[in-house]
Amino acid sequence: MSEMQLRTDQVLIAEWIQPNARVLDLGCGDGTLLTYLHEQRQITGYGLEIDPDNITACIDRGVPVMQSDVDAGLSDFDDDSFDYVIMTQTLQAVHYPHEVLNEMLRVGREGIVTFPNMGHWRARMQVALRGRMPMTMALPYKWYNSPNIHLCSVRDFEALCEEEGIEVLECTTVDHAHRTSLGMRLLPSLLGEIAIYRFRREAGLG
Amino acid sequence: MKEALSAKPAQPANSVGLVSPKTQHFNEALTLESGSTLNGFDLVYETYGQLNADKSNAILICHALSGDHHVAGYHSDSDRKPGWWDSCVGPGKPIDTDKYFVIAPNNLGGCSGSTGPTTMNPDTGQPYGPEFPIVTVGDWVKSQAMLADVLGIERWAAVIGGSLGGMQVMQWSFDYPDRIRNAFVIAAAPKLSTQNIAFNEVARQAIMNDQDFHGGHYNEHNVVPNRGLMLARMLGHITYLSDDVLDEKFGRELRDGRIKFGYDVEFQVESYLRYQGRSFVDRFDANSYLLLTKCLDYFDPASRFGSLASAFRGATAKFYVISFSSDWRFSPARSREILRALLDADQDVTYAEIESKQGHDSFLMPIPRYHEVLRTALNRIHRKL
Repeated sequence: MSEMQLRTDQVLIAEWIQPNARVLDLGCGDGTLLTYLHEQRQITGYGLEIDPDNITACIDRGVPVMQSDVDAGLSDFDDDSFDYVIMTQTLQAVHYPHEVLNEMLRVGREGIVTFPNMGHWRARMQVALRGRMPMTMALPYKWYNSPNIHLCSVRDFEALCEEEGIEVLECTTVDHAHRTSLGMRLLPSLLGEIAIYRFRREAGLG
Repeated sequence: MKEALSAKPAQPANSVGLVSPKTQHFNEALTLESGSTLNGFDLVYETYGQLNADKSNAILICHALSGDHHVAGYHSDSDRKPGWWDSCVGPGKPIDTDKYFVIAPNNLGGCSGSTGPTTMNPDTGQPYGPEFPIVTVGDWVKSQAMLADVLGIERWAAVIGGSLGGMQVMQWSFDYPDRIRNAFVIAAAPKLSTQNIAFNEVARQAIMNDQDFHGGHYNEHNVVPNRGLMLARMLGHITYLSDDVLDEKFGRELRDGRIKFGYDVEFQVESYLRYQGRSFVDRFDANSYLLLTKCLDYFDPASRFGSLASAFRGATAKFYVISFSSDWRFSPARSREILRALLDADQDVTYAEIESKQGHDSFLMPIPRYHEVLRTALNRIHRKL
């Protein structure tokens, strides 16, 4: 598998993963990222997924996948059983994002999440000028039919991390087509459409 | 529900067709977990498909409590029904006999041809009857491994089993970790719950309290404890189905359309259960049934290895654990115990929970999503042989 088949956020995540790591991918989709990490980084990976077609796709790729709902918790996993717990584009759809983040850091040494940034200038404009909930390329749903029930901005996420004793290790943003640009690197909270964070438990908070 | 189908179904094109069981005799003594010894024994088995040149495409199917070696196809043109898992085993089916060589033995202690309570004890010249030693899942797997040796199969491409069959699959991974490449543990449990054992005890009491049981020596009295075995099966059958599926099939439908204020069969479900019980006593032996329920009760690898995770630690297989949403006999939570132990043991495991209405019996049903999971996994395994 080449990098071409990965989304940019996945390529960026892959760069952060150390070789031979143990990785849990929450909402692993068709197993593309885990397959890539297995081939390129020799990781041992497990995926969690609820969609039957995605589970079949994982089985076809030979990716170990478990049918499980992230909201139901990670109770099948022991403390510190993974080096990385990854969750791409799912944080905004879970019932209790802060609990999921804490669970990620219970079972894993580090967490990696991606989510649509509600602080992106287009979203800000729609609220400020039109008085309407934002609909953007990265957030294509109406407020009433959106699976995204806990949207947040880059700044909201960082505030939550601070409250929960989570240390942000790395952060980057991409646009809805998962491209990156100089502007996004300079003004991620305003210009980044999709945020990517790597984080761990703050030292001493165990 | 019709009690019997009178018309013979034509054998469909994707059937393995007419099959004949084979018998393998073993002269060597088999020491059982209980300490007893079988001085030679027979295993009856069926095979479907062709073994490839390097003998890498063999699949073992382990049967459940009331199953046997007749998994697929027909024994004669007049058979009304094919083998018990015909929907899943055959050319082009999820367990594809165009790709795999499938072996299905009848387990020791059964009553379909392999050595068990109904066969002759060479030491006495009489049927074993109640003297047949209680065998365990470990004993079964040991005897299956001896059969694999005879057939020249060093390593199974996959061992597949549902319910008690799933327990045998796990046992293979404990006892012969290098001989199993892929393990399909379907609708199983790491051990029986107290409630499971309680159900088994009621079934045993029903049989042993039948006045025709005679301490298991009913053959010598030329009788059969039919009523007890029938009750045992009726009870078991209720636990294999879900509340919803019984309701959907029969509801409160009355056989004669009205309540008659009596104790004869009134509700359709009563008629169905009696039919299930009666047809079971025609094909099953009471001593065998008692023994098989004990075999289930005793299965408890965690107690032998310290924990289920330690039991799995030496395994080299890739595991597929499958459960069914409506199964309350071995619920998805029981499969999750297996999953958790496999994760603790750092094993390669995939877990699928299939949406179903048919309860524990779902594992025998051609549920499209279930078959898709099996087919996808087995196709991949075949590509990698």
